[in-house]
Amino acid sequence: MTQTLDFWSMMFVFVLASFIGVGVIRRVSRLLHTPLMSITNAISAIAVVGSIIVTGADYPEGIRILGAIALFASMTNIVSGFLITDRMLKMFKSERKTADRK
Amino acid sequence: MSHGLVQLAYLVATVLFIFALHWMNTPATARKGVYAGVAAMTIAIVVTWAQPEVVHHGWIALAILAGFVVGVPLSRVPLTAVPQRTALSHAFGGLAAGLVGTAKYYLWFSEGPENLTTFRMVAIIVEVVLGFLTFTGSLMAAGKLQEVKWIPQRPVTYPFQNLSNLALLAAALLAGVLLTMHPGADWAPKVFPIIIALALAFGVLLIIPIGGADMPTVIAILNSYAGLAAVAMGFVLDNKLLITAGALDGSSGLILAIIMCRAMNRSFTNVLFGAFGQTQQVKAGGDQKEYKSETIEGGAQVLEQSNLVVIVPGYGMAVAQAQHKVRELYDQLKKRGVTVKFAIHPVAGRMPGHMNVLLAEADIPYTDLVEMDEINPEMPQADVALVVGANDVVNPAARTDHSSPIYGMPIIDADKARTVFAIKRSKNPGFAGIDNELYFSDRTWMLFGDAKNVVGELVKQLSGPGMH
Repeated sequence: MTQTLDFWSMMFVFVLASFIGVGVIRRVSRLLHTPLMSITNAISAIAVVGSIIVTGADYPEGIRILGAIALFASMTNIVSGFLITDRMLKMFKSERKTADRK
Repeated sequence: MSHGLVQLAYLVATVLFIFALHWMNTPATARKGVYAGVAAMTIAIVVTWAQPEVVHHGWIALAILAGFVVGVPLSRVPLTAVPQRTALSHAFGGLAAGLVGTAKYYLWFSEGPENLTTFRMVAIIVEVVLGFLTFTGSLMAAGKLQEVKWIPQRPVTYPFQNLSNLALLAAALLAGVLLTMHPGADWAPKVFPIIIALALAFGVLLIIPIGGADMPTVIAILNSYAGLAAVAMGFVLDNKLLITAGALDGSSGLILAIIMCRAMNRSFTNVLFGAFGQTQQVKAGGDQKEYKSETIEGGAQVLEQSNLVVIVPGYGMAVAQAQHKVRELYDQLKKRGVTVKFAIHPVAGRMPGHMNVLLAEADIPYTDLVEMDEINPEMPQADVALVVGANDVVNPAARTDHSSPIYGMPIIDADKARTVFAIKRSKNPGFAGIDNELYFSDRTWMLFGDAKNVVGELVKQLSGPGMH
């Protein structure tokens, strides 16, 4: 019984979060769609949370190895995703400081 | 740490993630978004690591360190390679989801089949199938974008392609249903790898028939899948932070995919199952039309005497690495009081927003990067439209020619400018094979040569002593 309750509360979270996602993303500047994609990449690497538990809990080694690979993959996404987003965003300037750099 | 505190921390992380995306709505606040995202992620990692059930720390530290070692160089790729990097990170995301799902399945199986409730089994199957097909699909997409030799660039098609692909997916799902009904059977752990194999194969076959021009949509769809795989992981692990963050990613990918499809006047199914490139087979031949070409000197003169110049960049600009020369041209014209704007088509480039990033890197202010719907009403007032490495997105056939494969696609109205200069590598029909009527219009003059060289010559001409 608790299980079906869990399922429905998770379903509610999923559907509501999707609506928030659509609402927020629609307003993102078209200029920034590439950085948007790299930041959502980093955010969806929240799978790191699951990987940490699987890697670090007292489970058989074979299972923990799978977790460690998953953790490595997610961590790579987090690090490169946030860094490259920031790197790209730094380039967007509303005006040039010097008209001619040559 | 108590359960309540952990949930509170996750809730804070969720709110920060939403703000991170919210702040992306303008370039002025966007960097704040990155900081919010980093803060949220740090909270989530620290809190999870501090949970009492985590007892082995060595491997965690090692894996995180390895993530940094690989992640930092991946964040420094040239911006022309950002589409590949993005596809690669979707692959990593899919892999992580698939592996955690697999680990959970075997864990629960070994602890006793009563753990494998129907709900958990369904969630695991969805997570594993989505995760692994995203993994191989994204690897294929990254390979195509990177132009890896053994991955064909052109769409590969064969008879009954869609039918056999769908059969593959159906087989995976059927095996999943079977497992869900008999989670404790002796044969169950042997069927599970079959599902993984089918999902991996499906991912490859899904991307093989898709050509380069469709990559922006495909990347967006894979982005969505990676998010949904994280959502499924949230259901498996009963973790609402995962569900929320995954849903944000999933809806982002979906919206971008819809924008891309609209910008090409095509449907999802058409992109995924249509093998677009195939219809692009050269239908040249027949009557040979004549190009009119213009010299660099003549071109520079017209540019110099304009009031409004609209530059239409395409992927060809990135291929020729011409964006920095384009910026010099922008500077030269600005210096003479010419208004210069860039017309950005949503599918120009290899991923959503790609042109904007490349031009921003070349130090062009984003206020002069104008999207298609805003620039089109201005095009009749433009003295010159300069097409740099764009092709389909300025092809008037999209408006007029019902038989054209791109008919109905919204385009940038370059043909409405008083004069059109189009830079083109050679007089041969283009690689894509679609005739571009724009090149033969009365108002169009061709500048033949490599985009970087031609723009460079224009700059030289404008900055030369005779031109003040």
